[in-house]
Amino acid sequence: MSELIRLSPPLSEADVTSLKAGDKVLVSGTIYTGRDAAHKRIVETLAEGGTPPFPLEGAVIFYVGPSPPPPGRVIGAAGPTTSYRMDAYAPTLMEKGLRAMIGKGKRNDEVKQAMAKYKSVYLAAIGGAGALMARCIKEAEVIAYPELGPEAVRRLVVEDMPLFVVNDVHGGDLYQQGRQAYARR
Amino acid sequence: MSSVRTVEVSAIADTVARLCGEADLYLPEDVRRALTQAQADEPSPVGREVLERLLENADIAAEEKMPICQDCGLAIIFIDVGQDVHLTGGDLGEAINEGVRRGYQENYLRKSSCHPFSRVNTGDNTPAIIHTRIVPGDKVKLWVVPKGGGAENMSKVYLLTPAVGLAGVKKAIMDTVEAAGPNPCPPVILGVAVGGTFEQAAVAAKRTLLRKLDSVNPDPEAAVLEKELLEEVNKLGIGPAGLGGGTTCLKVFVELIPCHIASLPVVVNMQCHAARHKEAVL
Repeated sequence: MSELIRLSPPLSEADVTSLKAGDKVLVSGTIYTGRDAAHKRIVETLAEGGTPPFPLEGAVIFYVGPSPPPPGRVIGAAGPTTSYRMDAYAPTLMEKGLRAMIGKGKRNDEVKQAMAKYKSVYLAAIGGAGALMARCIKEAEVIAYPELGPEAVRRLVVEDMPLFVVNDVHGGDLYQQGRQAYARR
Repeated sequence: MSSVRTVEVSAIADTVARLCGEADLYLPEDVRRALTQAQADEPSPVGREVLERLLENADIAAEEKMPICQDCGLAIIFIDVGQDVHLTGGDLGEAINEGVRRGYQENYLRKSSCHPFSRVNTGDNTPAIIHTRIVPGDKVKLWVVPKGGGAENMSKVYLLTPAVGLAGVKKAIMDTVEAAGPNPCPPVILGVAVGGTFEQAAVAAKRTLLRKLDSVNPDPEAAVLEKELLEEVNKLGIGPAGLGGGTTCLKVFVELIPCHIASLPVVVNMQCHAARHKEAVL
Protein backbone atom coordinates (compact mmCIF):
# COMPACT_ATOMS: atom_id res chain seq x y z
CA MET A 1 0.00 0.00 0.00
CA SER A 2 1.36 3.34 -1.10
CA GLU A 3 1.73 6.60 0.75
CA LEU A 4 -1.22 8.99 0.92
CA ILE A 5 -1.77 10.91 -2.31
CA ARG A 6 -3.38 14.32 -2.14
CA LEU A 7 -5.93 15.34 -4.77
CA SER A 8 -7.53 18.77 -5.22
CA PRO A 9 -10.36 19.05 -7.76
CA PRO A 10 -10.81 20.02 -10.50
CA LEU A 11 -8.59 17.10 -11.53
CA SER A 12 -6.49 16.88 -14.67
CA GLU A 13 -5.93 13.80 -16.82
CA ALA A 14 -2.41 13.59 -15.36
CA ASP A 15 -3.79 13.68 -11.79
CA VAL A 16 -5.82 10.52 -12.35
CA THR A 17 -3.58 8.64 -14.79
CA SER A 18 -0.89 8.24 -12.13
CA LEU A 19 -3.30 6.63 -9.67
CA LYS A 20 -3.27 2.85 -9.15
CA ALA A 21 -5.91 0.56 -7.69
CA GLY A 22 -5.11 0.21 -3.98
CA ASP A 23 -3.69 3.72 -3.59
CA LYS A 24 -4.96 5.71 -0.63
CA VAL A 25 -5.93 9.29 -1.40
CA LEU A 26 -7.05 12.37 0.49
CA VAL A 27 -9.36 14.69 -1.42
CA SER A 28 -9.57 18.38 -0.47
CA GLY A 29 -11.55 21.06 -2.26
CA THR A 30 -14.87 21.31 -4.09
CA ILE A 31 -16.81 18.19 -5.04
CA TYR A 32 -20.45 17.62 -6.00
CA THR A 33 -23.07 15.17 -4.80
CA GLY A 34 -25.47 13.19 -6.93
CA ARG A 35 -27.28 9.88 -6.74
CA ASP A 36 -30.04 8.07 -8.62
CA ALA A 37 -32.61 10.80 -9.33
CA ALA A 38 -30.05 13.58 -9.85
CA HIS A 39 -28.08 11.47 -12.34
CA LYS A 40 -31.23 10.79 -14.32
CA ARG A 41 -31.94 14.52 -14.53
CA ILE A 42 -28.38 15.53 -15.40
CA VAL A 43 -28.20 12.98 -18.23
CA GLU A 44 -31.61 14.11 -19.52
CA THR A 45 -30.43 17.74 -19.40
CA LEU A 46 -27.30 16.86 -21.39
CA ALA A 47 -29.37 14.93 -23.95
CA GLU A 48 -31.51 18.02 -24.50
CA GLY A 49 -28.40 20.15 -25.00
CA GLY A 50 -28.81 21.87 -21.63
CA THR A 51 -26.22 22.92 -19.07
CA PRO A 52 -25.52 20.56 -16.17
CA PRO A 53 -25.85 21.99 -12.62
CA PHE A 54 -22.06 22.06 -12.18
CA PRO A 55 -19.08 22.06 -14.56
CA LEU A 56 -18.23 18.44 -15.40
CA GLU A 57 -14.72 19.12 -16.69
CA GLY A 58 -12.33 17.77 -14.05
CA ALA A 59 -15.19 17.28 -11.60
CA VAL A 60 -15.42 14.80 -8.75
CA ILE A 61 -18.87 13.43 -7.94
CA PHE A 62 -19.78 11.84 -4.63
CA TYR A 63 -22.64 9.35 -4.62
CA VAL A 64 -24.32 10.37 -1.37
CA GLY A 65 -27.70 11.28 0.05
CA PRO A 66 -26.79 12.91 3.36
CA SER A 67 -29.00 12.97 6.41
CA PRO A 68 -30.31 16.42 7.45
CA PRO A 69 -27.82 18.68 9.27
CA PRO A 70 -28.36 18.80 13.04
CA PRO A 71 -28.26 22.33 14.51
CA GLY A 72 -24.84 23.91 14.15
CA ARG A 73 -23.64 21.47 11.49
CA VAL A 74 -23.30 21.98 7.74
CA ILE A 75 -24.43 18.45 6.92
CA GLY A 76 -25.61 15.25 8.57
CA ALA A 77 -24.09 11.80 8.15
CA ALA A 78 -22.60 11.51 4.67
CA GLY A 79 -21.21 8.13 3.69
CA PRO A 80 -21.29 6.70 0.17
CA THR A 81 -24.27 4.97 -1.42
CA THR A 82 -23.95 1.84 -3.59
CA SER A 83 -22.56 2.90 -6.96
CA TYR A 84 -23.96 0.37 -9.46
CA ARG A 85 -27.23 2.27 -9.58
CA MET A 86 -25.36 5.11 -11.29
CA ASP A 87 -23.70 2.79 -13.85
CA ALA A 88 -26.29 3.60 -16.52
CA TYR A 89 -25.40 7.29 -16.35
CA ALA A 90 -21.69 7.36 -15.47
CA PRO A 91 -20.20 6.91 -19.00
CA THR A 92 -22.13 9.95 -20.29
CA LEU A 93 -20.72 12.11 -17.47
CA MET A 94 -17.18 10.81 -18.03
CA GLU A 95 -17.46 11.67 -21.70
CA LYS A 96 -18.18 15.24 -20.60
CA GLY A 97 -15.10 15.42 -18.40
CA LEU A 98 -15.97 13.80 -15.06
CA ARG A 99 -12.62 12.69 -13.54
CA ALA A 100 -13.58 10.82 -10.40
CA MET A 101 -16.54 9.10 -8.80
CA ILE A 102 -16.77 8.43 -5.06
CA GLY A 103 -19.01 5.63 -3.88
CA LYS A 104 -18.95 2.02 -2.69
CA GLY A 105 -19.51 -1.29 -4.41
CA LYS A 106 -18.81 -2.80 -7.82
CA ARG A 107 -19.07 -1.05 -11.20
CA ASN A 108 -20.07 -2.82 -14.40
CA ASP A 109 -17.75 -3.50 -17.35
CA GLU A 110 -19.15 -0.64 -19.40
CA VAL A 111 -18.25 1.83 -16.65
CA LYS A 112 -14.77 0.33 -16.25
CA GLN A 113 -14.17 0.59 -20.00
CA ALA A 114 -15.37 4.21 -19.97
CA MET A 115 -12.93 4.95 -17.11
CA ALA A 116 -10.04 3.71 -19.25
CA LYS A 117 -11.29 5.52 -22.35
CA TYR A 118 -12.09 8.91 -20.80
CA LYS A 119 -9.42 8.80 -18.03
CA SER A 120 -11.55 8.76 -14.95
CA VAL A 121 -11.18 6.88 -11.66
CA TYR A 122 -13.49 5.26 -9.15
CA LEU A 123 -12.74 5.93 -5.49
CA ALA A 124 -14.31 4.08 -2.57
CA ALA A 125 -15.28 5.63 0.72
CA ILE A 126 -16.00 3.33 3.66
CA GLY A 127 -19.69 2.47 3.52
CA GLY A 128 -21.55 3.00 6.76
CA ALA A 129 -19.07 5.50 8.19
CA GLY A 130 -21.38 8.48 7.68
CA ALA A 131 -20.64 10.30 10.93
CA LEU A 132 -16.88 10.04 10.34
CA MET A 133 -17.17 11.29 6.74
CA ALA A 134 -19.26 14.28 7.82
CA ARG A 135 -16.24 15.58 9.73
CA CYS A 136 -14.40 16.05 6.40
CA ILE A 137 -17.17 18.23 4.98
CA LYS A 138 -16.66 21.91 5.74
CA GLU A 139 -19.33 23.48 3.51
CA ALA A 140 -22.49 22.18 1.88
CA GLU A 141 -24.92 24.01 -0.37
CA VAL A 142 -27.81 22.69 -2.44
CA ILE A 143 -27.22 23.92 -6.01
CA ALA A 144 -29.85 22.00 -7.97
CA TYR A 145 -33.05 19.98 -7.65
CA PRO A 146 -33.89 20.97 -4.03
CA GLU A 147 -37.22 19.14 -4.38
CA LEU A 148 -35.27 15.85 -4.39
CA GLY A 149 -34.45 16.31 -0.69
CA PRO A 150 -31.56 14.00 0.22
CA GLU A 151 -31.03 13.41 -3.51
CA ALA A 152 -30.56 17.11 -4.38
CA VAL A 153 -27.24 18.10 -5.96
CA ARG A 154 -24.96 19.72 -3.40
CA ARG A 155 -21.66 21.52 -3.72
CA LEU A 156 -19.40 20.34 -0.92
CA VAL A 157 -16.10 21.71 0.27
CA VAL A 158 -14.17 18.83 1.78
CA GLU A 159 -10.89 18.55 3.63
CA ASP A 160 -8.76 15.40 3.67
CA MET A 161 -11.56 13.04 2.69
CA PRO A 162 -9.95 9.55 2.98
CA LEU A 163 -10.60 7.27 0.00
CA PHE A 164 -9.26 4.14 -1.70
CA VAL A 165 -8.64 3.92 -5.45
CA VAL A 166 -10.75 0.94 -6.57
CA ASN A 167 -10.70 1.24 -10.36
CA ASP A 168 -7.85 3.05 -12.10
CA VAL A 169 -7.54 4.02 -15.78
CA HIS A 170 -5.25 1.02 -16.44
CA GLY A 171 -7.82 -1.68 -15.64
CA GLY A 172 -6.75 -2.22 -12.02
CA ASP A 173 -9.56 -3.26 -9.66
CA LEU A 174 -8.98 -3.24 -5.89
CA TYR A 175 -12.15 -5.27 -5.20
CA GLN A 176 -10.79 -8.10 -7.37
CA GLN A 177 -7.18 -7.77 -6.19
CA GLY A 178 -8.11 -7.55 -2.50
CA ARG A 179 -10.40 -10.52 -2.71
CA GLN A 180 -7.90 -12.67 -4.60
CA ALA A 181 -5.27 -11.97 -1.96
CA TYR A 182 -7.47 -13.27 0.87
CA ALA A 183 -9.73 -15.89 -0.74
CA ARG A 184 -9.35 -19.38 0.78
CA ARG A 185 -11.84 -21.41 -1.24
CA MET B 1 -60.43 -15.22 33.40
CA SER B 2 -57.26 -13.16 33.47
CA SER B 3 -57.48 -9.41 33.79
CA VAL B 4 -56.97 -7.13 30.82
CA ARG B 5 -54.26 -4.50 30.88
CA THR B 6 -54.84 -1.21 29.10
CA VAL B 7 -52.08 0.35 27.01
CA GLU B 8 -52.51 3.74 25.38
CA VAL B 9 -51.38 3.78 21.76
CA SER B 10 -49.82 7.22 22.41
CA ALA B 11 -47.30 5.40 24.67
CA ILE B 12 -46.48 3.16 21.72
CA ALA B 13 -45.97 6.23 19.49
CA ASP B 14 -43.63 7.78 22.08
CA THR B 15 -41.65 4.55 22.38
CA VAL B 16 -41.31 4.11 18.61
CA ALA B 17 -40.10 7.73 18.28
CA ARG B 18 -37.47 7.19 20.97
CA LEU B 19 -36.31 3.86 19.55
CA CYS B 20 -35.94 5.28 16.01
CA GLY B 21 -33.53 7.89 17.36
CA GLU B 22 -31.60 5.50 19.58
CA ALA B 23 -31.31 2.88 16.84
CA ASP B 24 -29.89 5.26 14.26
CA LEU B 25 -27.49 7.10 16.61
CA TYR B 26 -26.11 4.33 18.81
CA LEU B 27 -24.52 1.17 17.45
CA PRO B 28 -25.75 -1.86 19.45
CA GLU B 29 -23.18 -3.15 21.97
CA ASP B 30 -23.21 -6.67 20.51
CA VAL B 31 -22.29 -5.27 17.08
CA ARG B 32 -19.52 -3.17 18.61
CA ARG B 33 -18.10 -6.23 20.37
CA ALA B 34 -18.20 -8.22 17.12
CA LEU B 35 -16.41 -5.47 15.19
CA THR B 36 -13.77 -5.18 17.92
CA GLN B 37 -13.16 -8.95 17.84
CA ALA B 38 -13.04 -8.88 14.03
CA GLN B 39 -10.42 -6.14 14.14
CA ALA B 40 -8.24 -8.33 16.37
CA ASP B 41 -8.63 -11.34 14.05
CA GLU B 42 -8.52 -9.65 10.63
CA PRO B 43 -5.42 -10.65 8.60
CA SER B 44 -5.58 -7.75 6.10
CA PRO B 45 -4.02 -4.41 7.17
CA VAL B 46 -6.55 -2.51 5.04
CA GLY B 47 -9.32 -4.62 6.56
CA ARG B 48 -8.12 -3.76 10.07
CA GLU B 49 -8.03 -0.09 9.12
CA VAL B 50 -11.63 -0.23 7.83
CA LEU B 51 -12.83 -1.93 11.02
CA GLU B 52 -11.02 0.66 13.13
CA ARG B 53 -12.76 3.44 11.18
CA LEU B 54 -16.14 1.79 11.71
CA LEU B 55 -15.60 1.69 15.46
CA GLU B 56 -14.40 5.30 15.38
CA ASN B 57 -17.50 6.20 13.37
CA ALA B 58 -19.75 4.64 16.02
CA ASP B 59 -17.99 6.69 18.71
CA ILE B 60 -18.39 9.92 16.72
CA ALA B 61 -22.06 9.17 16.01
CA ALA B 62 -22.82 8.69 19.72
CA GLU B 63 -20.76 11.70 20.77
CA GLU B 64 -22.12 14.11 18.17
CA LYS B 65 -25.61 12.61 17.96
CA MET B 66 -25.14 12.04 14.25
CA PRO B 67 -26.61 8.99 12.54
CA ILE B 68 -24.15 6.09 12.25
CA CYS B 69 -25.02 5.96 8.55
CA GLN B 70 -26.74 8.53 6.34
CA ASP B 71 -29.09 5.75 5.22
CA CYS B 72 -31.27 5.83 8.32
CA GLY B 73 -33.33 3.12 6.72
CA LEU B 74 -36.94 2.31 6.24
CA ALA B 75 -38.50 1.86 9.67
CA ILE B 76 -39.16 -1.85 10.16
CA ILE B 77 -41.25 -2.37 13.29
CA PHE B 78 -41.84 -5.71 14.96
CA ILE B 79 -44.53 -5.65 17.61
CA ASP B 80 -45.66 -8.48 19.88
CA VAL B 81 -48.97 -7.65 21.53
CA GLY B 82 -49.94 -9.69 24.58
CA GLN B 83 -53.41 -11.19 24.23
CA ASP B 84 -54.36 -9.72 27.62
CA VAL B 85 -53.64 -6.18 26.42
CA HIS B 86 -56.36 -3.76 25.42
CA LEU B 87 -54.97 -1.04 23.15
CA THR B 88 -56.88 2.22 23.54
CA GLY B 89 -56.74 5.83 22.44
CA GLY B 90 -56.58 5.34 18.68
CA ASP B 91 -55.36 3.31 15.75
CA LEU B 92 -52.25 1.19 16.51
CA GLY B 93 -50.86 1.45 12.96
CA GLU B 94 -51.30 5.22 12.91
CA ALA B 95 -49.62 5.48 16.33
CA ILE B 96 -46.61 3.56 15.05
CA ASN B 97 -46.40 5.78 11.97
CA GLU B 98 -46.69 8.87 14.18
CA GLY B 99 -43.77 7.55 16.24
CA VAL B 100 -41.69 7.03 13.09
CA ARG B 101 -42.60 10.49 11.80
CA ARG B 102 -41.53 12.15 15.06
CA GLY B 103 -38.46 9.98 15.63
CA TYR B 104 -37.07 10.70 12.16
CA GLN B 105 -37.87 14.42 12.30
CA GLU B 106 -36.66 15.10 15.85
CA ASN B 107 -33.38 13.24 15.44
CA TYR B 108 -32.45 14.64 12.01
CA LEU B 109 -32.65 11.23 10.39
CA ARG B 110 -32.85 10.81 6.63
CA LYS B 111 -36.28 10.06 5.21
CA SER B 112 -35.86 7.44 2.52
CA SER B 113 -39.39 6.32 1.65
CA CYS B 114 -40.61 7.17 -1.86
CA HIS B 115 -43.20 6.29 -4.52
CA PRO B 116 -41.96 3.32 -6.58
CA PHE B 117 -42.32 5.07 -9.96
CA SER B 118 -42.29 8.84 -9.46
CA ARG B 119 -39.64 8.44 -6.72
CA VAL B 120 -41.28 11.35 -4.89
CA ASN B 121 -40.30 11.14 -1.22
CA THR B 122 -43.17 10.64 1.24
CA GLY B 123 -41.34 13.22 3.35
CA ASP B 124 -41.59 11.63 6.79
CA ASN B 125 -40.23 8.09 6.32
CA THR B 126 -43.69 6.57 6.61
CA PRO B 127 -45.35 4.21 6.03
CA ALA B 128 -43.49 2.01 8.49
CA ILE B 129 -43.24 -1.70 7.71
CA ILE B 130 -45.09 -3.33 10.60
CA HIS B 131 -44.97 -7.02 11.57
CA THR B 132 -47.48 -7.79 14.34
CA ARG B 133 -47.88 -10.95 16.40
CA ILE B 134 -50.40 -11.74 19.12
CA VAL B 135 -48.61 -13.52 21.96
CA PRO B 136 -49.51 -14.72 25.49
CA GLY B 137 -49.24 -12.19 28.32
CA ASP B 138 -50.14 -8.59 29.10
CA LYS B 139 -47.13 -6.76 27.68
CA VAL B 140 -46.35 -5.05 24.39
CA LYS B 141 -42.87 -5.63 23.01
CA LEU B 142 -41.50 -3.39 20.27
CA TRP B 143 -38.42 -3.63 18.07
CA VAL B 144 -37.33 -0.89 15.70
CA VAL B 145 -35.00 -2.05 12.93
CA PRO B 146 -33.94 0.76 10.57
CA LYS B 147 -32.97 -1.11 7.40
CA GLY B 148 -30.73 0.50 4.79
CA GLY B 149 -31.34 0.05 1.09
CA GLY B 150 -27.82 -1.01 0.09
CA ALA B 151 -27.86 -4.27 2.02
CA GLU B 152 -31.57 -4.92 1.46
CA ASN B 153 -31.01 -4.76 -2.32
CA MET B 154 -28.52 -7.63 -2.08
CA SER B 155 -31.03 -9.95 -0.35
CA LYS B 156 -32.43 -12.96 -2.22
CA VAL B 157 -35.44 -15.26 -2.29
CA TYR B 158 -34.92 -18.77 -3.69
CA LEU B 159 -37.66 -21.33 -4.22
CA LEU B 160 -35.52 -24.43 -4.58
CA THR B 161 -36.51 -27.98 -5.39
CA PRO B 162 -36.22 -30.35 -2.42
CA ALA B 163 -33.80 -32.54 -4.44
CA VAL B 164 -30.99 -29.99 -4.03
CA GLY B 165 -31.00 -30.60 -0.26
CA LEU B 166 -28.66 -29.05 2.27
CA ALA B 167 -25.87 -28.68 -0.31
CA GLY B 168 -28.17 -26.70 -2.60
CA VAL B 169 -29.28 -24.46 0.24
CA LYS B 170 -25.67 -23.73 1.19
CA LYS B 171 -24.81 -22.99 -2.43
CA ALA B 172 -27.70 -20.51 -2.72
CA ILE B 173 -26.50 -18.69 0.39
CA MET B 174 -22.86 -18.61 -0.77
CA ASP B 175 -23.94 -17.41 -4.23
CA THR B 176 -25.87 -14.57 -2.62
CA VAL B 177 -22.88 -13.34 -0.63
CA GLU B 178 -20.53 -13.79 -3.57
CA ALA B 179 -22.77 -11.84 -5.96
CA ALA B 180 -23.20 -9.05 -3.41
CA GLY B 181 -19.43 -8.65 -2.97
CA PRO B 182 -18.61 -5.18 -1.62
CA ASN B 183 -22.10 -3.72 -2.23
CA PRO B 184 -23.96 -4.41 1.06
CA CYS B 185 -21.27 -2.86 3.31
CA PRO B 186 -19.42 -5.91 4.62
CA PRO B 187 -18.78 -7.27 7.17
CA VAL B 188 -22.39 -8.32 6.80
CA ILE B 189 -24.83 -10.25 8.92
CA LEU B 190 -26.93 -12.89 7.17
CA GLY B 191 -30.51 -13.49 8.24
CA VAL B 192 -31.42 -16.83 6.67
CA ALA B 193 -34.74 -18.66 6.73
CA VAL B 194 -34.99 -22.14 5.22
CA GLY B 195 -38.46 -23.58 4.69
CA GLY B 196 -41.88 -22.09 5.26
CA THR B 197 -43.72 -20.40 2.43
CA PHE B 198 -42.68 -17.56 0.13
CA GLU B 199 -43.78 -14.77 2.49
CA GLN B 200 -43.23 -16.60 5.77
CA ALA B 201 -39.57 -17.22 4.96
CA ALA B 202 -39.00 -13.57 4.06
CA VAL B 203 -40.43 -12.27 7.34
CA ALA B 204 -38.68 -15.00 9.34
CA ALA B 205 -35.32 -14.12 7.76
CA LYS B 206 -35.81 -10.48 8.71
CA ARG B 207 -36.91 -11.44 12.21
CA THR B 208 -33.63 -13.29 12.83
CA LEU B 209 -31.91 -9.88 12.61
CA LEU B 210 -33.44 -9.03 16.01
CA ARG B 211 -31.13 -11.58 17.65
CA LYS B 212 -27.94 -10.61 19.43
CA LEU B 213 -24.75 -11.42 17.54
CA ASP B 214 -23.36 -13.33 20.54
CA SER B 215 -26.55 -15.31 21.15
CA VAL B 216 -26.65 -19.09 20.70
CA ASN B 217 -29.35 -20.56 18.50
CA PRO B 218 -31.54 -22.88 20.63
CA ASP B 219 -32.07 -25.13 17.59
CA PRO B 220 -28.88 -27.27 17.51
CA GLU B 221 -29.33 -28.13 13.82
CA ALA B 222 -29.57 -24.43 12.89
CA ALA B 223 -26.67 -23.57 15.22
CA VAL B 224 -24.36 -26.02 13.39
CA LEU B 225 -25.42 -24.62 10.04
CA GLU B 226 -24.78 -21.06 11.25
CA LYS B 227 -21.23 -21.97 12.26
CA GLU B 228 -20.46 -23.83 9.02
CA LEU B 229 -21.84 -21.05 6.84
CA LEU B 230 -19.92 -18.35 8.74
CA GLU B 231 -16.66 -20.22 8.19
CA GLU B 232 -17.35 -20.74 4.49
CA VAL B 233 -18.46 -17.14 3.88
CA ASN B 234 -15.33 -15.83 5.55
CA LYS B 235 -13.20 -17.84 3.13
CA LEU B 236 -14.52 -15.75 0.22
CA GLY B 237 -11.94 -13.02 0.86
CA ILE B 238 -14.37 -10.12 0.26
CA GLY B 239 -13.38 -8.56 3.58
CA PRO B 240 -14.28 -5.29 5.35
CA ALA B 241 -15.72 -2.76 2.86
CA GLY B 242 -15.04 -5.39 0.17
CA LEU B 243 -11.37 -4.37 -0.01
CA GLY B 244 -10.16 -7.90 0.72
CA GLY B 245 -9.78 -9.76 4.00
CA GLY B 246 -10.98 -12.48 6.31
CA THR B 247 -13.99 -10.70 7.80
CA THR B 248 -16.78 -10.79 5.23
CA CYS B 249 -19.47 -11.74 7.72
CA LEU B 250 -19.90 -11.19 11.46
CA LYS B 251 -22.73 -13.67 12.04
CA VAL B 252 -25.12 -15.98 10.25
CA PHE B 253 -28.57 -16.45 11.76
CA VAL B 254 -30.56 -19.46 10.56
CA GLU B 255 -34.22 -20.28 11.14
CA LEU B 256 -35.48 -23.68 10.00
CA ILE B 257 -39.23 -23.91 9.31
CA PRO B 258 -41.35 -26.86 8.13
CA CYS B 259 -42.37 -26.45 4.49
CA HIS B 260 -44.58 -28.02 1.83
CA ILE B 261 -43.49 -31.45 0.58
CA ALA B 262 -43.00 -29.84 -2.84
CA SER B 263 -40.99 -26.85 -1.64
CA LEU B 264 -37.66 -25.69 -0.29
CA PRO B 265 -37.74 -21.89 0.11
CA VAL B 266 -34.55 -20.09 1.14
CA VAL B 267 -34.41 -16.40 1.97
CA VAL B 268 -31.19 -14.54 2.66
CA ASN B 269 -31.81 -11.13 4.18
CA MET B 270 -28.57 -9.22 3.97
CA GLN B 271 -27.75 -6.83 6.81
CA CYS B 272 -24.88 -4.35 6.81
CA HIS B 273 -22.35 -3.93 9.62
CA ALA B 274 -24.45 -1.02 10.94
CA ALA B 275 -26.91 -3.63 12.22
CA ARG B 276 -29.25 -1.28 13.97
CA HIS B 277 -32.01 -2.53 16.23
CA LYS B 278 -33.50 -1.34 19.50
CA GLU B 279 -36.24 -2.84 21.60
CA ALA B 280 -38.52 -1.93 24.48
CA VAL B 281 -41.29 -3.52 26.53
CA LEU B 282 -44.43 -1.63 27.53
